[in-house]
Amino acid sequence: MSKHPQSLRVVITDDEAPARSRVKDLLEDCAGSFPIELAGEAASGRELLALLEETPADVVLLDIRMPEMDGLEVAQHLLKLPEPPSVIFTTAYNDYALKAFELHAVDYLMKPIRLRRLHDALTRVRAITPLRLDVLQQIAPDARTHLSVLERGKVVLIPVPEILYLRAELKYVTIRTAAREYLLEESLSKLEQEFSEQFVRIHRSCLVAKAQITGFEKAGGDSGESHWAVTLAGLDEKLPVSRRQQHIVKELGRNQL
Amino acid sequence: MTSLSACSVAIFGLHQPMASINQNRYPNLLPNFRNLGVMLRLLVIVIAMTFVAAALKSSNWYDMLDQWLGISTLAQPMVILSLLLLALADRWLHKLDYPLAVAVIVAGELGVASLMVIASWAVFTPGTPGLERSWFFTAVATLLVLAYFNLRSRMLSPALTEARLQALQARIRPHFLFNSINAVLSLVRSEPRRAETALEDLADLFRVLMADNRDLVPLVREVELCHQYLGLEALRLGDRLRVEWQVDGMPGGALVPPLLLQPLLENAVYHGIEPSMEPGVISIHISNDRDRVHMLLRNPFRAEGSHHAGNKMALANIRERLSLHFDAEASLQTRTSDGHYEVRITLPYVKEGK
Repeated sequence: MSKHPQSLRVVITDDEAPARSRVKDLLEDCAGSFPIELAGEAASGRELLALLEETPADVVLLDIRMPEMDGLEVAQHLLKLPEPPSVIFTTAYNDYALKAFELHAVDYLMKPIRLRRLHDALTRVRAITPLRLDVLQQIAPDARTHLSVLERGKVVLIPVPEILYLRAELKYVTIRTAAREYLLEESLSKLEQEFSEQFVRIHRSCLVAKAQITGFEKAGGDSGESHWAVTLAGLDEKLPVSRRQQHIVKELGRNQL
Repeated sequence: MTSLSACSVAIFGLHQPMASINQNRYPNLLPNFRNLGVMLRLLVIVIAMTFVAAALKSSNWYDMLDQWLGISTLAQPMVILSLLLLALADRWLHKLDYPLAVAVIVAGELGVASLMVIASWAVFTPGTPGLERSWFFTAVATLLVLAYFNLRSRMLSPALTEARLQALQARIRPHFLFNSINAVLSLVRSEPRRAETALEDLADLFRVLMADNRDLVPLVREVELCHQYLGLEALRLGDRLRVEWQVDGMPGGALVPPLLLQPLLENAVYHGIEPSMEPGVISIHISNDRDRVHMLLRNPFRAEGSHHAGNKMALANIRERLSLHFDAEASLQTRTSDGHYEVRITLPYVKEGK
């Protein structure tokens, strides 16, 4: 602790106000024994990311069960930050995550949180190894509700239902929404696995959102051979379906159109 | 999943001594003769028996029809008269010891049979059918029917115990317990009085959750429990939880299975309120007409809130308990429409202290 003379900046994230105020009380109790600063409170993952744009923090106490985005997903978005804060998960009861946390030495606190446990967790927080994305992805039970990219030091959230298609470029994946494009540093095949329910691969390098498909068109290829192309809601661009993926035209055409 | 049941078992374990005492209580072997389902079963059994009797007496198919018509001429009015008398005498019969009640019913049926047979002599041939023969068939039929209801009640009795266990398992969502305790802890320093009330409500709620829940309770008590439960949820969810009660015309004395509404409200909070940052309304509407009680619960429905396993478990549990108590006379229906989830329950208006 003497190596870090400045106080530990903590952000509390929980959708329930009483839960936040309880942690606040406990942080005040902790402040007696080592320097702590409450950097802010957030009621959702989105609020937390917005807060961190203005206020840097060392530690985030992050509730797992929250509306819109659960804590495990929020933590994945946090890792996009150039200097992500340490995360200590808090949970009232969670059968699936706790074992995984133990396994991967991810720090967590059970609610109701005990003063001593909080104290211990905060004391060692700078020493523990930072969270790893692959570990989080492994623990998280569901597909993310948002994708996130870092733009000018800020984490931008893109709701998955707004995405029209994902296309692999050289080193990036392009995320296309009706409004604009984003560049994402993730692998298309991992995305395909994670979002297999919402997206379908139409080409080696392209996943389209099933819900956004408005139709299929026959288009003449260069070699004179005709092939299918997908049309998407609110997009002029037509995306070619590769020969290998032709079968999806039949499958989706039957179900959706 | 395993830890959930482990938790429930642990809680059930605390409750074990009391439960085992109550389990030894003699189950009610006589059916409720005022229940529509019971009446239907009775009718079907008797008609089936007349078919069997006709088949035994006859030599060919044509003869069998003839025989059956003959038997039915007597048997059908007898069944209808019996149903009426049994329904009228139902309360009184249930106050008697089981063997005595059986004797009374058999005697009553023999009386009805004699009446019918003698009346038929006035219309058809005097002397046929003979009285002794009718007495014999009536006694056999009555005892068979009573034996059926006796067996059925014995079969359902463990099911009722099982249902109670399931009620516990379906009920206690560990999240709710720990989050509530957490919320109360947050109040202890700032608002000790609210913390006191909250702990009292939590105690009341768990008292009911752990009680022997086989007997029906007045609706007003279930509604009060729901108020306490929602009060606890409001503590942690704040403005996000809005509740509309429309229960002014509610028949408070109507008897309902305990924990009929509370689990449904728990579902409503879990699926309808918790998954959103925006405030949502849960509405509860309870009314009655002359002989039925109607309940309607509505909550916002969010397709992305994907924890449906728990929901189905609670619904199946309530459905089962409704049918154990009311047979075919109670119903539970759910539907989703324009962003809302609805549960509609109808059950017979059984008054307290009858």
